Amino acid sequence: MDLDTILRKHRDSEGPLLPILRDIQAAFGCISEAHKREVAQALNLTRAEVHGVASFYHDLRDAPADRPIIRLCHAEACQARGGRALVAAAERIADGRVLTEAVYCLGLCAVGPSAIVGDEIHARLTPAKLAALIEKAAA
Amino acid sequence: MIRVIHVSDDAVAHALGVDAVVAALRTAAPEAELRRVSGWGMHWLEPIIEVDGIGYGPVAAEDVQAILAGEADHLRLGIIAEHPWIAGQDRLTFARAGKTRPLSLEDYAATGGWVGLNAARARPAQAVLDEVKASGLRGRGGAGFPAGIKWQTVADTPGAVKYIVANADEGDSGTFADRMLMEGDPYGLIEGMAIAGYAVGARKGYIYIRSEYPHAIARLEAAIALSRAIVAPFDVEVRVGAGAYVCGEETSLLNSLEGKRGEVRAKPPLPAIEGLFGRPTVVNNVLTLAAIPWILAHGGVAYAAYGMGRSRGTMPLQIAGNVRYGGLYETAFGITLGDIVNRIGGGSESGAPVRAVQVGGPLGAYFPPALFDTPFDYESFAARDGLIGHGGVVVFDASVDMLAQARFAMEFCAHESCGKCTPCRIGSTRGVEALDRVRAGGRSAPDNVERLPQMRNAKGPQPGAAAELALVEDLCDTMASTSLCALGGFTPYPVMSAIRHFPEDFGAGTPVAEAAE
Repeated sequence: MDLDTILRKHRDSEGPLLPILRDIQAAFGCISEAHKREVAQALNLTRAEVHGVASFYHDLRDAPADRPIIRLCHAEACQARGGRALVAAAERIADGRVLTEAVYCLGLCAVGPSAIVGDEIHARLTPAKLAALIEKAAA
Repeated sequence: MIRVIHVSDDAVAHALGVDAVVAALRTAAPEAELRRVSGWGMHWLEPIIEVDGIGYGPVAAEDVQAILAGEADHLRLGIIAEHPWIAGQDRLTFARAGKTRPLSLEDYAATGGWVGLNAARARPAQAVLDEVKASGLRGRGGAGFPAGIKWQTVADTPGAVKYIVANADEGDSGTFADRMLMEGDPYGLIEGMAIAGYAVGARKGYIYIRSEYPHAIARLEAAIALSRAIVAPFDVEVRVGAGAYVCGEETSLLNSLEGKRGEVRAKPPLPAIEGLFGRPTVVNNVLTLAAIPWILAHGGVAYAAYGMGRSRGTMPLQIAGNVRYGGLYETAFGITLGDIVNRIGGGSESGAPVRAVQVGGPLGAYFPPALFDTPFDYESFAARDGLIGHGGVVVFDASVDMLAQARFAMEFCAHESCGKCTPCRIGSTRGVEALDRVRAGGRSAPDNVERLPQMRNAKGPQPGAAAELALVEDLCDTMASTSLCALGGFTPYPVMSAIRHFPEDFGAGTPVAEAAE
């Protein structure tokens, strides 16, 4: 989807800024300076207002990720099931080939530790299962 | 005879490889009718399948042949509805869990769907409001505000445009009831919202859902499209968040829906009077709205017959963390915490003794086994400096380091703070630092500020962890009293409860003075 299509899609919705930014993030992998200016123009906002919103939310990036991303749950229920050790292991196994980011709860709290890659969810992770995930993502 | 095989379609089953099980079933039994149904909530047994009514779990693809041949006794669960873990529940909101195909309008109508909406629309709006008030239903998101009173306020506030907002930003660790409901029974939420719309005079509803729930988002969007004609003229739209925990706070959620930064608003004005785009708005949690169809179908008095004290009805508990039998357990208020953890949850999965239980998400207190007699209701938990929040119960075994948990609470607050108020934005970071100094056993050298010439008359650094701990307690007191919303205001719950109930983890076994009264 190009930017014009995204803007047109949300033309009639109330409070369209966040859905627009989410669509831009999905289509382009980030919200660039040029995107911010165009969105501001289209919605009659200042560039600063758009930047303020884009920089508030953890999901929105201002530059595309240069590596595949695995998001591991860092929250309490996964900690109770060995999540802290797994987070430490993830860094080691990934060794810079994939980005291991934090996510706070995937709603899989009785079967943790869990992770999400794109829209694909994984639970009951062990170091071996996590290593397989990382290899798959890095390939 | 053609076999009917039910396969769980819950995200937990997906995360544990149900797709491979489905592929194996299609190969092994191509003639069978596969039905993807909602999850029962028995998460330790997922993926669950039922072959002609007999349940099996946890099923892996290589078990499929044996199950179909009737040779998988070690996985056999029998009739799941009769399993003691299910039979012991009071499933009102989750009556359909495990039984129906989530998007099937036929299944929904056959299990009492739309009865509540039709009952509501056959009556004057005020009668619907009175029914909700009679039920005693309180907000299931955590604040526990009476739903009927909130609705009445919105109904009584004049305005041509009003909104219903379902708060599906279920960010608390240890909670998944909203997710399960939206994935498994999406029409239940839509029906509840339509009833709310009729009662208060709103024609537009938004479901604000977190981006971490991709399955639930897809399910809701499909369900809205399929049920549009039934709930019309009420209209529902899904809005997806972007990874901000604080947007589960209602005023921050409204700002986010309006396309602003998800910063909290000062209250008053209440959202019921000036909410979304300044219009009167009902903001309710998913579970609150999903309880409504049952209340309208069976009567508020019947709902209020469940529960204790001022906590009426049922609560879908989410038993999570290091626990043997984890999952969704809907029961009337009043059950004790010990019963939840030991009798229902079966104690820790690791087999080590249970040491702490965090109730109510990252802003909830840690309870030691000594407090396991606490009944599960809003007031009893408040009386013991805790909260039930959204009903999440996270179990930790003996290996837990409570100083690390207290530090995590501060760290999480720092990570997720919207930045609007100082106690939360700055206090949380200072809290992490102070707890690190507790870990280090205090400090001896003066810091950069203390070395300034202007500070020559100030007291130098106080030695020992106790001085740092006193600072943490003082900081918690400030955060609790002066933060704008529950994020900064409730972060002291996990921190102070950890310090008070587990003082041995906070340095040299020194007993710690009572605080945060």
